[in-house]
Amino acid sequence: MADPVKLTIDGRQIQAPPGTLVIDAAKRAGIEIPAFCYYEGLSLQAACRMCLVEVEKAPKLMASCTLPVAEGMVVRTETPQVAQARKATLEFLLTNHPLDCPVCDKGGECELQDMVFRYGAGESRFTEVKHHVEEKQWSPVVFYDAPRCILCFRCVRICTEGMGVGALGIVNRGVLSEIAPNHGDHLECDECGMCIDICPVGALTSGAYRYKTRPWEMEHAGTICTHCSNGCKVTLGVRNHEIVRGNNRDHSGINGEFLCIKGRYAFDFFGHPERLQSPLMRIDGKLQEVPWSRALAAVAAKFQEVKGRGGKFGVIGSTRTTNEENYYLQKLARQGLGTNHIDHHRSGDLVTLIDALSGRPNASLATTADLYNAKAVLVVAADLASEQPFLSFQVRANYRHHQARIYVVTEKAVREDAYAAAVVRGGVDGVESLRERLAREPELAILFGASVKGEELRKLVEFGSSLSIPVKYVCLLDYSNSRGAIDMGLMPELLPGCRPSEQPGMTIPEMLACADLDVLWVIGANPLARGQLASANAFAVVQEMFLTETALAAQVVLPASSAYEKTGTVTNVTGEVQRLASPLRKMGTKPDLEIIGLIAKEMGLAPLMGPWDAGKVFDQIRQTAPGYNLPLPAIASGGAAQTAALNGRVAAPSRPELIQSAANGLFESGTLGRYSKILHSVLEGRGRT
Amino acid sequence: MTFSTELEAKFARLLASYPPGRQRSAMIPMLMFAQDELGCVSAELVNEVARRIGVTPVQVEEVLTYYSMLHRKPLGKAHVQVCTNISCLLTGGAELWEQACSRLGIGHKEVLPDGSISLEEVECIGACSWAPAIQVNYQFHHFVTPEKLDRLLASLRNENPHAV
Repeated sequence: MADPVKLTIDGRQIQAPPGTLVIDAAKRAGIEIPAFCYYEGLSLQAACRMCLVEVEKAPKLMASCTLPVAEGMVVRTETPQVAQARKATLEFLLTNHPLDCPVCDKGGECELQDMVFRYGAGESRFTEVKHHVEEKQWSPVVFYDAPRCILCFRCVRICTEGMGVGALGIVNRGVLSEIAPNHGDHLECDECGMCIDICPVGALTSGAYRYKTRPWEMEHAGTICTHCSNGCKVTLGVRNHEIVRGNNRDHSGINGEFLCIKGRYAFDFFGHPERLQSPLMRIDGKLQEVPWSRALAAVAAKFQEVKGRGGKFGVIGSTRTTNEENYYLQKLARQGLGTNHIDHHRSGDLVTLIDALSGRPNASLATTADLYNAKAVLVVAADLASEQPFLSFQVRANYRHHQARIYVVTEKAVREDAYAAAVVRGGVDGVESLRERLAREPELAILFGASVKGEELRKLVEFGSSLSIPVKYVCLLDYSNSRGAIDMGLMPELLPGCRPSEQPGMTIPEMLACADLDVLWVIGANPLARGQLASANAFAVVQEMFLTETALAAQVVLPASSAYEKTGTVTNVTGEVQRLASPLRKMGTKPDLEIIGLIAKEMGLAPLMGPWDAGKVFDQIRQTAPGYNLPLPAIASGGAAQTAALNGRVAAPSRPELIQSAANGLFESGTLGRYSKILHSVLEGRGRT
Repeated sequence: MTFSTELEAKFARLLASYPPGRQRSAMIPMLMFAQDELGCVSAELVNEVARRIGVTPVQVEEVLTYYSMLHRKPLGKAHVQVCTNISCLLTGGAELWEQACSRLGIGHKEVLPDGSISLEEVECIGACSWAPAIQVNYQFHHFVTPEKLDRLLASLRNENPHAV
């Protein structure tokens, strides 16, 4: 690496690598240079003129957002001349900008407002009537108010470069310039809301959030998105016990500024009118509301009775509940009820991957950061942009910032094609044709979809090893804790940490087909949406947020809290464990951890189970589940820690026939998606319901 | 979308005249040549040009709406452009503009109902040395006087516009 450049900013000696921009060098030294158009990670625009600084020996003020550092450069960022220039810039920006801050969504967290406050450009010499245009709605979630727009191009760049969509442009010129959507009067895009998030003013506003609150009236809770498996951090803005906004407010977490439509808007299942708020019991053939005590007593009595006579339990866990809940559930099932008939809906063959990786020193599991840093990325049988939006963003950012080579082997065209070094249309066998090119890469990250499983997956890992370069893998999964369900042993053949179970029990299809099943206990899953329950006398207990097909068939339905109402941890698709925060609780519901604990307590199994406290259960997980002895400070402070590699074979049969991805697109999210009005409104807007 | 053989040949030459990967540079000339043939830039043309040079339609829209010489609606067979910028203004350009409007009964960027003539008030057309100047399609008329303008408009109205 080249020698660092020495320069002086505001009297401080600073070193920065050659090519660093002055605005970045200052930022790293803790000196803020204001800018509207500059945004780290996007192409340079130099449109707003806010970042002007004084540079010694330069005749005029320089835009620090496009000025690379030079040896001996002396920069001053806050002089009277600079302040005067910024004040004048603000006066220009306010020529047509309406002073409607009191009703603007952005008021209170607006960069323009902050700057006007800071530089005191409260008065204007312009007396002309402001140019006004009516506000436009471009989609169910995106509104555009042209007069507020300061034409910084951030939205255009994040959409084109960051998202790879390119749905926005700037039309007309001069005072009539404005942002335009890709379909004349409306948008057809990912509806990710990145443009709204990145807008420094209130020009782009969110259909879900607008006019609901002022930013300072919300409580902000940083938690993990409960939709797909990517595990993005999301800040829930909560007001009056309702979630009114989702964004990643401080850009912390693995996802930085990224969120897709699900993370940003699809929190609305929380307040859906059909949300269950009372336990239901089947009385005289109809599900009727009963108190918690009665429902729990009935469940415990039935469980006790079936356990007493050695009857058959079937337990189906969730891909959205926390690690603690999954661990607690399998513990109660295995040690309390004495059954190994426990399973969850499998969406990727992670178990075979872990097994195949054992004994291969050059192969490991990738993190989301690896996808951003790897010199080369291979995408096999997966539509990342549609099903794994954050991973897609990472790979794209890797290409933009590091010029990584991207290789694509898929049946259908995918977004990655546009910047791929090579595209192969076809099945996983297509990787062979890339062998020579891949072998020349210094390292590789491979992402593969659910269709690559069993023997095919072993062949892929064998192929990776034959390249003789370090290879990292991502086995794509469906939901927010699909990975945790595997790791916590929600499988008949595996205990927590992928240790084999001595007496493998029944899988989901076997439970449903079992004619003499006595109890079916379902936590946050909907197996009856696709299958039929063969046993006519099975007592079904369902912990769910909504009356799903499975809940409708139950004897007892217990109203569960969503992930946004829980504490605990979840493990994302790359095995990174992150903590949930719980800013609120839907009245009448309980977290699944507490429900499982209460059932155990009613059965007299409380001493076995220990307290239903997420922290205490996580301690048990750390002690008993291989790979989960994670550094607590990283997780407790809101960071992510990847589970340790399991060195060794997984001594359990591979069951590729059970693996089936829901292949949720951008606007679908299993049961939660069915109860999200926002996701529906986008689909309806496109005539796809 | 299909174009005339001549236009296709022009497009082919254009696309070959930029280094590989820079085909988007052909956007403006492609739009201009296509507009000359088709009369205006239609939505279909926007999509076609975007496809051929590998950009999104909205990127073509950005350019199309920026440049005043690219038009979405068909112009008259003779597009009369009266300059009212400094040099022409000082030598009677504004009066010529008023005169053209009143004679034709149409205003800025409007077209006669029969589609023969359209009118546009334009900024500098680079003919300051011969001000006041008027441009009809690609043809310049120098040192225009009120009488010359009347004759010009009459000829455009009565005669074959292509003879201008």
